[in-house]
Amino acid sequence: MSQSTTEDPHHIDVKEFHPRARAAIADPKIRQNFRKAMDGLISKRKDAFEGWDLEALRDLGANVRLRALANLPDLLEQLEKKLTANGIYVHWAIDGDEACKIVRNICVARNAKTVIKGKSMVSEEMELNHYLEERGIEALESDLGEYIVQLAGETPSHIIMPAIHKNTGEISELMHEKTGTDLSNDVEYLTASARQQLREKFMNADVGVSGVNFAVAETGTLCLVENEGNGRMTTTVPPCHIAITGIEKVVGTLEDVAPLLALLTRSATGQHITTYFNMISSARKPGELDGPEEVHLVLIDNGRSSIYQDDELLDTLRCIRCGACMNHCPVYTRVGGHTYGTTYPGPIGKILMPHLIGLDEGRHLPTASSLCGACGEVCPVKIPIPDLLVRLRQESVDGDKLNPAKIRGHGAKRGSVEAMIWKGWSWMHARPGVYRFGTAVAARLRKLQPGKLGGWTKYRTAPKLAAKTLHERMKERGQ
Amino acid sequence: MSSRDTILQRLRNRSGGDLNVPDCDFAVLQRPPSSVAERVDQFQKTIESVHGEVHRCTSESWVTQLAGILSDRGARNLLIPAAHTIGHTLRDSGRDDLPELLIYDEPIESWQPHLFNEVDASITSTRGGIAETGTLILWPTPDEPRLMSLVPPIHIAVLEASELYSTFHEAMLEQNWASGMPTNALLVSGPSKTADIEQTLAYGVHGPKELIVLVIE
Repeated sequence: MSQSTTEDPHHIDVKEFHPRARAAIADPKIRQNFRKAMDGLISKRKDAFEGWDLEALRDLGANVRLRALANLPDLLEQLEKKLTANGIYVHWAIDGDEACKIVRNICVARNAKTVIKGKSMVSEEMELNHYLEERGIEALESDLGEYIVQLAGETPSHIIMPAIHKNTGEISELMHEKTGTDLSNDVEYLTASARQQLREKFMNADVGVSGVNFAVAETGTLCLVENEGNGRMTTTVPPCHIAITGIEKVVGTLEDVAPLLALLTRSATGQHITTYFNMISSARKPGELDGPEEVHLVLIDNGRSSIYQDDELLDTLRCIRCGACMNHCPVYTRVGGHTYGTTYPGPIGKILMPHLIGLDEGRHLPTASSLCGACGEVCPVKIPIPDLLVRLRQESVDGDKLNPAKIRGHGAKRGSVEAMIWKGWSWMHARPGVYRFGTAVAARLRKLQPGKLGGWTKYRTAPKLAAKTLHERMKERGQ
Repeated sequence: MSSRDTILQRLRNRSGGDLNVPDCDFAVLQRPPSSVAERVDQFQKTIESVHGEVHRCTSESWVTQLAGILSDRGARNLLIPAAHTIGHTLRDSGRDDLPELLIYDEPIESWQPHLFNEVDASITSTRGGIAETGTLILWPTPDEPRLMSLVPPIHIAVLEASELYSTFHEAMLEQNWASGMPTNALLVSGPSKTADIEQTLAYGVHGPKELIVLVIE
């Protein structure tokens, strides 16, 4: 069983990363489900870029995102102006709570009781379902994976494939228990059952809530990438559509979308393109026979404008949420998405979540990595994820009080003993005489070196000091 | 101060250095010139690889081929555009081997359960296609509303071979999309599908189970 079923997903303690990781590694089912899925995705991605000048495409993707970020405030204003002219209402939210309130107020004004949702990681970030349900508004996920995860009372374990931690048998049992479908290992039967159940819900939903993959400032267009058609249903069938997105998702021109779409679907699932690319620029116009009469966009900051302040950390905001970094991550593949205890798992989660929850709360995230570099190599927009992990590690132990902390929880992992050791280390290395004396003494006393060095020697043999220092050996050689 | 102004002010007064605006070289998206026949072949190969079905037709033969496709599947009815030539041709054909022809000429609110439960197939025009990704370009209109290509279990699309572009990039530039976008524009590349249950592909999870393209050559 997945470790998350025993925990309320809204009260997962991020700090409990290590116990969860140990439990996940000991669970052959989790490892098997993830290994199988990630291996498949890695090879599909590789095939999908066959014949492409991938480096040039990634450069273009990175530059398009950098250009958009360089003009971010202007583009957001342009987007707002265009959307408003097209009859779409634009709202701004500092944090998740404010965004939840905005969505709820729209629902209340329309006397809406049921909300149907397309896939949106931002809505997970703001815990929208939880918020609405506590206030008497039903929020139902319609993406099949999200629907399954919601039936199980869990959170997504992967940003593209939310239910990847479950196999067919587990899903069949879950659907049988919660919706009364027959027990079956026939995926087509299970899918068809979900279609029937959700079609009824689409017809009766008062509001549709979706995410946004790209928001185009030039034309005021909201772009959604999906395969199932639930995104189109969500944005077309209910009388009101609310799109939610982070402020970083805006791009300047429609042309910018072309390389990003080419990179996104190939990196995510190895598809040339998804089944549907849905571009929405307006509510239903007079004379049109379907589509929502009211469309809203909620732009949410939630820590993004803080990331924006720093020249290096800013690269985090390039992300187009493809999930390739987690698919290729040796840590993610072994521990699975729930172990992280965060909305965004895997490498992107490790560099994004500390900004959203603080480095104190997310203290284990930047170190849950071997710095192998795979994430940075596959990132379609060339986010230097390993460099950012190192930077966050520095931030979490940095004690420089003169440097105003940009990240909440700056210095949270700083320990006085460790800091003293490193101070001594650097003092010694700056003084050749002391260094030579120190290493010579250490070499003489090497028999006293302890064999157990805490966590380091749990899975490794302790390195042994040499009998002679390098300086001594060089001296011998020179004589 | 409003949240809007707070966010914009934080972005405008950022503490880091000036952000450089890199040049964006879109050349990597360009493809060498190709013939219509090459593009049709590539389109067919790609869309078939994702479970789409392609029938090559002529402007004379497509109605007959359509009738065969629909009767093979036992479709009881077909939702057609009212004003587009496709609709006219079908209504004027006088054939008795076509199923009942339906027209979407009322707001969805007045017939939603019927559309969701009773309509077996629909046929729409396209605004061209994309060879590289096996994609149809649809700009729904009052004559062919948005749900027409989404709700019925079979969606049939008519594509003029001469309107096939190599890439999405080429299509949006040639058709000058930046000058104005419709309420809804769509790229459709195959039938609705999911792999959310243990990565096993299943079709028709929310939208059509079948996507059939009539390519008019």
